[in-house]
Amino acid sequence: MHAVIPYVTGALLFGLGVYGVLRRRNAILVLMAVELMLNAVNLIFVTADAAVRATLVGVQVEAWAYPNGRPAHSGGVFALFVIVLAAAEVGVGLAIVLQYYRMRRAVHVDEVALHHEDEQVGR
Amino acid sequence: MTVADVLLLALGAVAVGSGAAVVTSDHLVRSGLYLVVSLGAMAGLYLVLGAELVAWVQVLVYVGAVVVLLLFAVMLTRAPIGPSPDLDRPAWPALIVGGGVGLGLAALLADAFRWTLYDRPEPGTTERMGTQIFGQWVLPFEVLSILLLSALVGAIVLSRPDIGARTGEEA
Amino acid sequence: MITQILGTALFGVPVLLGLAGLLLPAGDAGRSGRRPAAALGILGAALALADVVFLLAATDKPIDHSVEVARFGDLAVTFGVSLGPAALYVALAVTVVALAVQVYSVGYLHDDPRYAPYAAQVGIFTGAMLLVVSANDLIMLLVGWEVMGLCSYLLIGHDRRLPEAPRAAVKAFLVTRVGDVGFLLGIALLGVSAGSFRIADVLANAPSHLTIAGLTVALLLILAGVAGKSAQFPLHTWLPDAMAGPTPISALIHAATMVAAGVYVVFRLFPLFARSPGALAVLGVMAAITLLLGALAATAQDDLKRVLAWSTVSQIGYMTGALAVGAPAAALFHLLTHAAFKALLFLAAGGVIHAVGTNLMSRMGGLRTHLPATFWAFVVGLGALAGLPPLAGFWSKENVLVAAAHATEGEGPAPAWVGWVVWLAGLLGVAITAWYATRLLLRTFFGPERSRTEQWHVGFDDARYEREHGAPHDPPRLMRWPVQVLAVPAALLGLVAFLPGFRSALELEPPHLEISIVLPLLLLALGAGSAWWLWHTAPGVDPARALGRWRPLFAAGFRLDDVQDRLVVRPVRALAAALRLVDERVVDAAVEGAGTSTSRLGQTLANAHRAALPRAAVAVFAGALVLGVVAAIYGAAS
Repeated sequence: MHAVIPYVTGALLFGLGVYGVLRRRNAILVLMAVELMLNAVNLIFVTADAAVRATLVGVQVEAWAYPNGRPAHSGGVFALFVIVLAAAEVGVGLAIVLQYYRMRRAVHVDEVALHHEDEQVGR
Repeated sequence: MTVADVLLLALGAVAVGSGAAVVTSDHLVRSGLYLVVSLGAMAGLYLVLGAELVAWVQVLVYVGAVVVLLLFAVMLTRAPIGPSPDLDRPAWPALIVGGGVGLGLAALLADAFRWTLYDRPEPGTTERMGTQIFGQWVLPFEVLSILLLSALVGAIVLSRPDIGARTGEEA
Repeated sequence: MITQILGTALFGVPVLLGLAGLLLPAGDAGRSGRRPAAALGILGAALALADVVFLLAATDKPIDHSVEVARFGDLAVTFGVSLGPAALYVALAVTVVALAVQVYSVGYLHDDPRYAPYAAQVGIFTGAMLLVVSANDLIMLLVGWEVMGLCSYLLIGHDRRLPEAPRAAVKAFLVTRVGDVGFLLGIALLGVSAGSFRIADVLANAPSHLTIAGLTVALLLILAGVAGKSAQFPLHTWLPDAMAGPTPISALIHAATMVAAGVYVVFRLFPLFARSPGALAVLGVMAAITLLLGALAATAQDDLKRVLAWSTVSQIGYMTGALAVGAPAAALFHLLTHAAFKALLFLAAGGVIHAVGTNLMSRMGGLRTHLPATFWAFVVGLGALAGLPPLAGFWSKENVLVAAAHATEGEGPAPAWVGWVVWLAGLLGVAITAWYATRLLLRTFFGPERSRTEQWHVGFDDARYEREHGAPHDPPRLMRWPVQVLAVPAALLGLVAFLPGFRSALELEPPHLEISIVLPLLLLALGAGSAWWLWHTAPGVDPARALGRWRPLFAAGFRLDDVQDRLVVRPVRALAAALRLVDERVVDAAVEGAGTSTSRLGQTLANAHRAALPRAAVAVFAGALVLGVVAAIYGAAS
């Protein structure tokens, strides 16, 4: 397979994710765009994993690279970890968003006042 | 142009297309649903690339949990069901930066890999992935578990409705 | 040893007593409070006079001693006195006039609350003038010169109640300052080229170390200072305005001493001037212009003191003219006689002003019967001024004109045309001087009494005397005696020229009563006669009416004040305003701008830190993009 295709797909998805983060006003949509970015990264990981393994077929590597005597799947493992992190991040992030919604009755990111320390948290 | 290439192209197009729809749609709920399509296409891509466990975990966790969570949040924040006009900020910084990043990265990768042909490797089955995880990557795995636990606790704490009242009493 | 002490004491005593007088409290201390101040002032002048008399009588060779006080590299500054007979005679004139002025001031300023500093400043001034006269060293001379300028400023502005006085004082100071810059440069040039500042050394060495052009430049610079201090064209504009000072000051400073200091300096440095025909030519032209300018302006003045001031300008033109044609002795002789008769005239004018309460001749008239002593003093003084034989002015003016006539033959150090210019101007000046002197006498003392009949208001009159009730009368004793004392030399000093001792001391030519005196006498008769005739045909009317359209021009001094204002004052003010603007907008702005821009930068950075979330996100991603691009290009390049 030509690895450049998923690579370019990942790159375009990452760009779309950045666009979404910077363009969207609703916090939840920003989180969706962040998910896009994370997925793009995952795709790059997995593609690299496949390409490396395909390249290294028949190459005599050191013993530490294959501790279990099998070719490594590091890219896939990383993608799994990223998925876990994304899940945790979405959970915590949405908790914050909901709490903010309780305060403000809206979740527009450009109305978040970052520099007023005397804000009262209230219903 | 092998079969794998065709599949990669098709699924990639679907993923990019629905990803574009996620970030440009003016329906809040539709963005979430487009995200589902995009993530599903990504799972398909993983399958083609031979990362089976990752693909199904993606479907389970991402599509099944994360997007559902996002849609729940959409519901809980009383987002409008129809189109909403004020969903977007000005376009040009996002276009410049996003477009620059995306196209720049694409150009970089395309220039790096050109039209090199790689053989399809053996697939990453559950058995193999599990050997890796619990063999070489066991420490990060444990740390991630703790992180999940703390995220869980943190999310519960952050979303408690009586936090505001307690802060109000102390103030 | 004795001569050393006496020589130094000559200027030291008045200065010290003057400084002591400054320590006395000013303010209205009443009659008893004035006694110490008056005592110090009179004592200073009297001691100096006694010193001079002793030195004149007792010593037969010139006193010359010096001690080095400072050293600038190779140049030494010495402190010492050099009193030849010429210097002693000038010192005698200075001390006599100073003593007369001090005594006179006690009476004139009897109700002035600031008499104590006034007397002290007069004492310091006397000391400074004596320092100029006796200085051995150009730097010492400069010190005395500058102190005189300072005292002149203080004394002109003495009466603070007059609005014109401070302005006149500043004008005098600034105009003479302009000249003093040139003076200082000239002294520096001469001293550096001669290797020493001692006058004897300069006279000996400077010609060999300087080219004629260089010498001329140095002498022209010194002439700038002379023009300033001696009120010659074009730096003469301060003298008429300086009449805002008290009348005794006008007598001392602006008639007898300070304005003569410039002439004295040229006299001292004359061996250098004699080598530079260029400098002498400039001096001659300056003298001729000043002579005529002063005389013409004096014809049209209404203010009594201003007539005398312009007359001073004109008479000093005679002195500088004599110097220009190579007759320094004649200049010095005229300086001495001028000191006598001009001081007499000013002090007598003070008496008139005191009696009538105003300076303006249009408010005077018919005072002959009321002020007989003052009238005769004026007769003597004006006669000497006009050059009426046998009064002093005749002999000295004769000397000057004869010297100028001789110089037209081209044998002296000056070019022949300079002699012609000075001689013709001098002759014309004789006629005009006689005219205005006669006019002054007639207008003030003859004719109907205008001071009682017309509604007058006080113009500027010094000492703000209340006009005394009753008829005007001669001034009190303290003011009368100095006038009478000064009348003696004003009348008789000319005859002293016949004394061989005096003549050889000044190196004067013996006076010759020959055919060449006829011409000036004719001109004198012409001038006086025409003024009298104008008066006779229309008694009580100002003879200056005959000047017609020219009168305002003459009265304003040919509008040279306005010329000076346009050429100098306004550009300097504009430059000062521009500099102030530059200082505020550029220099201050740069300094303050450093502070403001720093705090603004900090403010901007603080605002950047407070950016809202989306903007911060844009910044972060854009930064990452830029870094990525840079890394990619760098990686591709290397």
